[in-house]
Amino acid sequence: MKIQTILAAGAMTVAAVAAQNAQAGAVLDGIKAKGFVQCGVNTGLPGFSAANAEGKWEGIDVDVCRAAAAAVFGDANAVQYTPLTAAQRFTALQSGEIDILSRNTTATTTRDAKLGLTFVGINYYDGQGFLIPKALGVSSATELDGATVCVEPGTTTELNLADYFRAKGMSFEPVVIENINEATAAFFSGRCDVYTTDASGLASIRTQMAENPADYVILPEIISKEPLGPVVAQGDEQWSDVVRWAFAAMVEAEEYGVTMENVDDMKANSTNPGIQRLLGVSPGMGEALGLDEAWAYNIVKQVGNYGESYEKNVTAKLGLERGLNALWTDGGLQYAWPVR
Amino acid sequence: MSENAKLPPLPTGTFSERAVAWSKKNLFDGWFNTLLTLGSIAFLVWLIPPIVEWAIINATLAPSIEACAEATGACWGFVNANLRLILFGTYPFEEQWRPLLAMIFLMGIICGSLGAVKYPSLRKAIIPMWVIGVPIIAILMWGGVFGLTYVQNSYWGGLPLTLILSSIGVIFAFPFGLLLALGRQSHMPAIKTVSVVYIEVIRGVPLITVLFMASVMFPLFLPDGVTIDKLLRAQIGIILFTAAYLAEVFRGGLQAVPRGQFEAGDSLALSYWQSMRLIILPQALRLVIPPTVNSFISMFKDTTLVVIIGLFDFLGTVKLALRSDPAWTKYYVEGYAFAAAIFFLICFSMAKYSAYLEKELRKGEQR
Repeated sequence: MKIQTILAAGAMTVAAVAAQNAQAGAVLDGIKAKGFVQCGVNTGLPGFSAANAEGKWEGIDVDVCRAAAAAVFGDANAVQYTPLTAAQRFTALQSGEIDILSRNTTATTTRDAKLGLTFVGINYYDGQGFLIPKALGVSSATELDGATVCVEPGTTTELNLADYFRAKGMSFEPVVIENINEATAAFFSGRCDVYTTDASGLASIRTQMAENPADYVILPEIISKEPLGPVVAQGDEQWSDVVRWAFAAMVEAEEYGVTMENVDDMKANSTNPGIQRLLGVSPGMGEALGLDEAWAYNIVKQVGNYGESYEKNVTAKLGLERGLNALWTDGGLQYAWPVR
Repeated sequence: MSENAKLPPLPTGTFSERAVAWSKKNLFDGWFNTLLTLGSIAFLVWLIPPIVEWAIINATLAPSIEACAEATGACWGFVNANLRLILFGTYPFEEQWRPLLAMIFLMGIICGSLGAVKYPSLRKAIIPMWVIGVPIIAILMWGGVFGLTYVQNSYWGGLPLTLILSSIGVIFAFPFGLLLALGRQSHMPAIKTVSVVYIEVIRGVPLITVLFMASVMFPLFLPDGVTIDKLLRAQIGIILFTAAYLAEVFRGGLQAVPRGQFEAGDSLALSYWQSMRLIILPQALRLVIPPTVNSFISMFKDTTLVVIIGLFDFLGTVKLALRSDPAWTKYYVEGYAFAAAIFFLICFSMAKYSAYLEKELRKGEQR
């Protein structure tokens, strides 16, 4: 706790200094000068950011960085990745080591306001849940009084867990294990009654790690809101706009049904004014952002729309349906700000 | 001839007679040893067959998730399928010949340096080898010149990173530790105090704290816009940490050299550095070979801690591979077993070399 306090104090000082020194466009100019976007990613979370067998970074978080690079340079591969642990991630962003932090980071008030960060979008709506063995005979989280709970340290997960049990007047015994493999192994070997993390994680752990997935259930209670999204440092509004709209363009492309496959056809033939604006047929959007008019076209062409990115990474790797992350027209929460 | 008289009489009889005699003497000598022998045999019989069955008989090497799901034993296919990711981390796939070459090169220099004990002609070549070799390794890894594409060191990983961190760590920690040890013995109060405070402070904190400070706290104190490379910070942290431990090892050696040796140096009118170089250190360092190698082995294994600051050493890349696809995640035992085997191989070689070195350097004392 102490270290975190010191870190937060240090971070605030840096943020204050950074805010004074920053000039509009300083980060974006730096990115253009060096020719690539430096992107902070998770050290390994399948579906979000993980290295494939060839050592290339893949995932829905990685795609946000690729989209930003496609918008700025017209080349989604103009990205360099810095894998970061949970403890390091904000320092890396504040000190300028990275340009975007796209590392399944929950947007919260303190992070946004106190740490000098700007959350530019939510690319995954998640929430914390509980995984238990069926044999425990529990059907609701309210029956978990006195349970031993396996949890990973240093994240909002641990805090939410404590909050939830305190609010319900229940006690629990935390088993804090740093490594996800060991934490899940501890759970499946029966060292704890409950495993808690974000629901996306629980689903993949249940299907991939359990001997027999049917022996385990995810309790219906979701105890927290975890809006995960890309973050940039405060101080360069032009750069935060680029990342915000690069992500918005991915969602809007899905809303319009523009895909990697049909984007060329859409660009040439579509008469829909919204699509024409998005793909730069009727100019203005690129100019407003200080980018090439083909910025959104490049994103869709090289990275795909939001749905494609989700299918390719989250559904394929974790077997998770869209759920909260479906478009608003399909009953989800993904609702793009209009590109106009 | 007289030496032969000390040797035991040569064994006689058939092979089986000799075998019985040998085992009676060595394995069933009294009730306690008999019990121990039988207990050990029972333990091995209980332990080994299941391991062999798991690791070899029922195992599969096929690099496919389907084959692993069918196999009842170990899934070495996980290692097989992700071998390059495990060995080289996220280094660009098409360029992985570069870390491979750099690693071979580094091993060559290390072997050349270690071989100098046996082949004195190599001794003069040690410094030139490192002075030329390290830049070549750096060029191979970083690139950016001679038509090699530039590769940021946030992409370095796997075995080359582990070897680089530990060998650069040894090269710099050794002289630094030596200076600290001499400083602690110094008659000059300022130098002595600085050395003592440094050693005690560093020894008082865990390496993980040093790395964490270097990685998370340190950048906050730098002026805006200035960043020092993450790998460099970790490397310096490892050097500073190891040097403090080595300093205490060397101090032990210095204290074990008889006082008369120091006085002999003085009476020959040798300067401080001359007497250290010619008389004291050769004796002191030879005395502390086992604990020095001990420190190196523990440092080699400690490099795995860099995983907490987001660098992928060899153990880190195994974890990376486990998370490359959720379907592989459950084969972590195979992954860690493979990492353990490689670590054992390297650490055991270091221990063996240290034993050999002791024997070689003690030849002067054996008559």
